[in-house]
Amino acid sequence: MKRGQMRELIAFWCVRMAIVIIVAALGIIIWFLGKNGLSILSWEFLTEPPREGMTEGGIFPPLVGTLYLILGTIICALPLGVLAAIYLTEYTRQGKVIRVIRLGINNLAGVPSVVFGLFGLAFFVIYLGFGVSILSGSLTLTFMILPTIIRASEEALLAVPQTFREASLALGATRWQTIYKVVLPQAFPGILTGSILGIGRAAGETAPIIFTAATFYTPHLPRSIFDPVMALPFHLYVLATEGTHLEKTLPIQYGTAIVLLGLVLGINLAAIVWRARLRRKKRW
Amino acid sequence: MSARKYKERAIEGIFLSFALVSLVALFFIMLFLFQKGLPIFRVIGPLEFLFGKSWYPTYEPPEFGILPLIMGSLFITVGAILVAIPLGVTSAIYLAEIAHPWIREWVKPTIELLAGIPSVIYGFFGLIVLAPWIQDLFNLPTGLTALTASLLLGIMAAPTVISISEDALNSVPASYREASLALGATRWQTTIKVVLPAALSGISTACILGMARAIEETMAVLMVAGGATLIPTSFLQPVRPLTATIIAEMGEAIHGSPHFHALFAIGMVLFFITLGLNLLADFLTHRFKEAGSGTL
Repeated sequence: MKRGQMRELIAFWCVRMAIVIIVAALGIIIWFLGKNGLSILSWEFLTEPPREGMTEGGIFPPLVGTLYLILGTIICALPLGVLAAIYLTEYTRQGKVIRVIRLGINNLAGVPSVVFGLFGLAFFVIYLGFGVSILSGSLTLTFMILPTIIRASEEALLAVPQTFREASLALGATRWQTIYKVVLPQAFPGILTGSILGIGRAAGETAPIIFTAATFYTPHLPRSIFDPVMALPFHLYVLATEGTHLEKTLPIQYGTAIVLLGLVLGINLAAIVWRARLRRKKRW
Repeated sequence: MSARKYKERAIEGIFLSFALVSLVALFFIMLFLFQKGLPIFRVIGPLEFLFGKSWYPTYEPPEFGILPLIMGSLFITVGAILVAIPLGVTSAIYLAEIAHPWIREWVKPTIELLAGIPSVIYGFFGLIVLAPWIQDLFNLPTGLTALTASLLLGIMAAPTVISISEDALNSVPASYREASLALGATRWQTTIKVVLPAALSGISTACILGMARAIEETMAVLMVAGGATLIPTSFLQPVRPLTATIIAEMGEAIHGSPHFHALFAIGMVLFFITLGLNLLADFLTHRFKEAGSGTL
């Protein structure tokens, strides 16, 4: 028995090491970018366009571009995802149609991001003629995060107790009235927090927007949804790999990385904290 | 039927059409990949394309053999799962079986955040920190190697492995553990000999999805893998995986040229690899659900 306990002690410490490595990896990345990037941040860095062949100035255009892309993606993906989830949870939960739809959602979630980029290029940019634009990029990102939004919405809808629906139906409300007036208001915060995690992913993705929305440099901000935009992830990628003066743009690279990381982690953290608070405050 | 019922039917129809969007999207993705990818087979046979040993799309005459790219992806993916699976599964064991509830409450969101870091940030970190480190350590001409990409990808794929493995471990009924402990086994023996085998198919699913995550990763490998299109023979060589090739070359490929179609055909290959892995994972999950019901 003594030997068994010794072994257990050693094994537990080995197992703890694994989690320490994972958490340390996150810590090192954030610490490293913070140490080198935070000193570059300033109001000017965020609000000025790049100058002198990207070696001076700020990141205002890519920041705005990324925000436009996020906004466009939310506008398209949220209604699509929520409406699909309503069908999957409120109307039919079993049967052949549902099985096929679920297979579609699961496999859409597994499509590599670069394949979404190719699809966006072939369909939105070339076939529909939207060109390299905010519209093409947002639509491409929409399909990429659609499965995430659907799953989050389903989870939130399923968390609403069955008794709520029964009470409403017993009062003579139709199914639609029940969904619209009882289920959706209860599920809405949960839908939002889950969806925000998907949107955080869209904000940081590079591969789907390279051929569909992003451009390395535009002299002016986009004037319509048919204009291409600069975007933070693409900006960082190009500066870090293709710039003619890699050394000179290094501070800008760190600055771009820290702003992008802050944006994405900020979005995710907000969703995680909000979700934790919702779970604690659950009224049923 | 009353007007009210008609309205209800119509509303249900609207919802159904939205639910079908994902399916239609998947179909369209396939359709457009095929439309732009298949024309390459007028220039080169499918077998020559898949197993051709040289990828020189801009030479005269161009060569479109993607075996070096497939091998590049394979090297990086194998390396990545060698990092991600041991690290991920042990972390999941820790979280599900050993950790205090309050530690779990902090570590789980942390891992979720780790999964949320954009891949271009990982790539940037790899380029600035990891690559020089690998270069010094092994005294190489360049730090951009398959090993660098594997290490980075291992960390990136670990959260996927952790969260799915942890779900699998948590769904093992408590009575299994109680029975083992009552027989005098230690907690560690219980974990290794009872809980882990019971969760095995769920953990396999986790590993397969971790692998899919590694194969489909694009930006980070594009930035740190080096980009050489030779068939790799060691982990200390630069490689060019499938995903990176598409991004790196699409800008210079003329629309409608064989090169352009070849890049879409690579997209087709990627699509089917990940589709296969996802279907396999799906199959394992369903088997696992049936076995995990607690009635052995």
